Amino acid sequence: MSESTRGNPMSEPPSSRPPRQASLSAAIDLGLTAAEYERICTIQGGEPTFTELAIYSLMWSEHCGYKHSRPLLGRLPTQGERVLQGPGENAGVVDVGDGWAVAMKVESHNHPSAVEPFQGAATGVGGIIRDIFTMGARPIVSLDSLRFGELDGEENARQRYLFEHVVAGIGFYGNCIGIPTVGGDVAFEAPYAGNCLVNAMCAGLIRHDRILRAVAAGVGNHVVLIGSKTGRDGIGGASVLASQEFDETLEEKRPSVQVGDPFTEKKLIEACLELQENDLVVSMQDLGAAGLTSSASEMASKGNVGLDIYADRVPLREPGMEPWEIMISESQERMLAIVAPERLGSVQEVCARWDLDATVIGEVTDSGHLRVFFGGERVASIPARRLAHESPVERTPSFPPEHLVDEPVRFSETNGYPRPADLNATLLTLLAAPNIASKRWAFEQYDYIVQANTVQIPGSDAAVLRIKGTQRGIAFAADGNGRRCYLDPYRGAREAVAEAARNVSCVGALPVAVTDCLNFGNPEKGDIYWTFAETIEGMSQACEALATPVVSGNVSFYNESFGQAIYPTPLVVMLGVLDDVTRNIDHSFKREGDLVVLVGPLSETNVAVDGSEYQKTVFGRVEGRIPDVDLDLEARVQRTVREAIAAGILSSAHDCSDGGLAVTLAECAIGSGSVGGAAFDDPETRRPQRFLGATIAVETTMRDDLALFGEGSSRIVVSLAPDQLDNLCSLAGDVPLTVLGEVTGERLRPRVVAFPPRVTDWT
Amino acid sequence: MSAGPRFGVVVFPGSNCDGDAYHAVSTFPGVHVEYLWHKDTHLGNVEAIILPGGFSYGDYLRCGAIARFSPIMQAVSDFAHAGGLVIGICNGFQILLEAGLLPGAMLRNTGLKFVCRYVNLRVETSATPFTSACRAGEILRIVVKHNEGNYTTDPDTLARLQRNDQIVLRYVDAHGEATAAANPNGALANIAGICNEARNVFGLMPHPENSVEAGLAGGTDGRKIFQSMIDTLVRQR
Repeated sequence: MSESTRGNPMSEPPSSRPPRQASLSAAIDLGLTAAEYERICTIQGGEPTFTELAIYSLMWSEHCGYKHSRPLLGRLPTQGERVLQGPGENAGVVDVGDGWAVAMKVESHNHPSAVEPFQGAATGVGGIIRDIFTMGARPIVSLDSLRFGELDGEENARQRYLFEHVVAGIGFYGNCIGIPTVGGDVAFEAPYAGNCLVNAMCAGLIRHDRILRAVAAGVGNHVVLIGSKTGRDGIGGASVLASQEFDETLEEKRPSVQVGDPFTEKKLIEACLELQENDLVVSMQDLGAAGLTSSASEMASKGNVGLDIYADRVPLREPGMEPWEIMISESQERMLAIVAPERLGSVQEVCARWDLDATVIGEVTDSGHLRVFFGGERVASIPARRLAHESPVERTPSFPPEHLVDEPVRFSETNGYPRPADLNATLLTLLAAPNIASKRWAFEQYDYIVQANTVQIPGSDAAVLRIKGTQRGIAFAADGNGRRCYLDPYRGAREAVAEAARNVSCVGALPVAVTDCLNFGNPEKGDIYWTFAETIEGMSQACEALATPVVSGNVSFYNESFGQAIYPTPLVVMLGVLDDVTRNIDHSFKREGDLVVLVGPLSETNVAVDGSEYQKTVFGRVEGRIPDVDLDLEARVQRTVREAIAAGILSSAHDCSDGGLAVTLAECAIGSGSVGGAAFDDPETRRPQRFLGATIAVETTMRDDLALFGEGSSRIVVSLAPDQLDNLCSLAGDVPLTVLGEVTGERLRPRVVAFPPRVTDWT
Repeated sequence: MSAGPRFGVVVFPGSNCDGDAYHAVSTFPGVHVEYLWHKDTHLGNVEAIILPGGFSYGDYLRCGAIARFSPIMQAVSDFAHAGGLVIGICNGFQILLEAGLLPGAMLRNTGLKFVCRYVNLRVETSATPFTSACRAGEILRIVVKHNEGNYTTDPDTLARLQRNDQIVLRYVDAHGEATAAANPNGALANIAGICNEARNVFGLMPHPENSVEAGLAGGTDGRKIFQSMIDTLVRQR
């Protein structure tokens, strides 16, 4: 966008508005290009009305139309035995056994949260929840993945403000609505200072035969709007906020942020699930970005029908709204339903029971057009397909970013990497780093236990929930390390998928499907577009290798402020399935005398300082090239650990990633002495009140600090009774195993022993 | 009726632990449980009432302040005054305070944040229909999750609560001491739960309904609360 001097052209008060006319300059003000305006005139057979222009500007925006990402997203694997619904619906749906399926999706609410963190985050949560119950699924779990700038220092007061209010906003919405927030991740890196990331994920449970798709059908059927009244909030949110970079007009964009009412959404969930269970609706669609416009055009386009909308029948919160405002308002907590005339009475009865408006605002037609009427006049008529499924596509000529290098850094005293004198102090420094330290401050503000399904609370490798009435469980983990993707987007994306899968494997769950949120800068820039393409390729390969198709997702571009882009951040949320949920384990040491074993390689080809928390925190650098994941080895390491958990061999398992081996071991020890922050002896969860330490000797050819703090993939630290080691070895086959030491005492005592370089047999 | 005790869970708009309370009671063999709708004016033939946790009416105005005017609350009040067992959990506790069925009021947590945390609760008295299956001094580990759990009252009322043995649960540390650090919300005298003078109405901030099944994160300590109620109802027959 070149118009950096204006705020939201749609947010001026009515009195100061000139009469709205469509024109090329109005089109450009709304974020369209001259070429797009020309194309609109061709489709419309002349100048569009202003309402039509406003509708096009939203539906063809990056946020709704995916104009830059659509050509590349086709590369992602989306098929699999368990996939009941892939991308293209409100959420992906995955078979989890016994006739149950999980509907899941993650979505960004980055731009609104940067402008108004509390409401931005809250409405992000609200929006993704609606996507889930629109499918007919009862939402059972939320996760949130957050990125902010660095927290420390006077100059970062805004980052602390954003973090505090984003967390409060997520809690405000999720706690009120009664969906447990069981996990996610948080990281703090300078490039997110201008554009925090708020990625909200929700999943719901549904029977296979009850999946609903948002397809309008049945000429003559009613179009019913259910839920909140419509106001001027969030007008242009998708085009003004989410499809542009930030600049000095940030504050002026506040009116584009919606306001959430979780109380209404809670009633909406109950009413909609009741309507769906009793087969009272043909289909449903929530109102999200671009409001009524996108819901109506998507439903019509998918059903090959038309919809007539009478904008003056929409219940309004404020008087004097114009038809285009009504059509693109992003007022929250609203659903659109297609209802057969004979069912209308029953639908209104259910909604009245929940004190919700249910208003007939239009009907299904055979015109193929989205037509809008206001005061007896037709103010818009657009082919629905053109809006929802045939928006323009852009490809940016691309090139690699300048900072990329082919070789890893030379890790030596003389090259700026002196060995710290006191490695104990280094370990404490890393444990205190915001990216590694406990996230209890955040997750204690979330209700993680409501609905009585939570098996593992936040703080473990993956959240685990049981499925009531079955032996089964599901697990979720979220990963996406932007710093590492910045150094190599292809390898970083492969690693993000591998780590998310590893995390769910660590609790004993089989990774089965992915929902992803791809957060990037301005795709009109060649290096950003190149990075995006590399990311898609990397993710695709990893998802194929690990048999975890991508069933839904979201792309968020324009995460830039004053030309500075965020780290490329592909967030991967992995769903795992446990056939027997009682077989899940967590990361903390359980028993004095257990052996501590590393499953996976301990070698310099796999472990590096490049892109590590150690490199950033201790040396103040982010440079080099991260090691590539061996996806075949990764799959075997994960399978070994899953099979060992299922066989009841292991006491604990923990992914070895941020902070390296030393931090991983420390987390196993710290986790042993408390439950959710309160020390208490509980025989049932087998958690002792006393903290359990370990004596560790790492034998390696690497410099000791690199062995302790270097990062790499395909490594899991497990503990087990000594007499189970043989069983683990036979399960492992040719997967490398290294006995590191023993669970003992209350202190962690890691030691590194130099090892003759010729020895390579780790088993 | 030959069946076991009959529980009713009131559903207000915005209740979100109603399902958990229903589920918790249904894990006890032979116990009947049903939902009661806030717009109804009769309780049917239930023998114990649960006012569940959640955000009735979005916690708008003040927690519990609107729910207390729900049509069903008159019937709940009559039931309580006639000696029926009423337990209010979290938002249900707040509603009982607003309805005047228990003394005192809730302030915002001193930390000014929602807090979801395992707490240790010391059973101060087993002489209630809600704690009869516990030993006095026993420690239960149950989750709290709320924004407004900072119980307060005037000194006279506090003295009366203490004199009458109406303080049922207190927040304590792992050693059973009622310290400030063990208090998640700043509640007066570390109060986590109180009963009325007649001992048939009980309000508590922790969520025993999330603590009834082995293998889940919440543990099973909450069972003792429901077991006490069931034992009481069976004895009364």
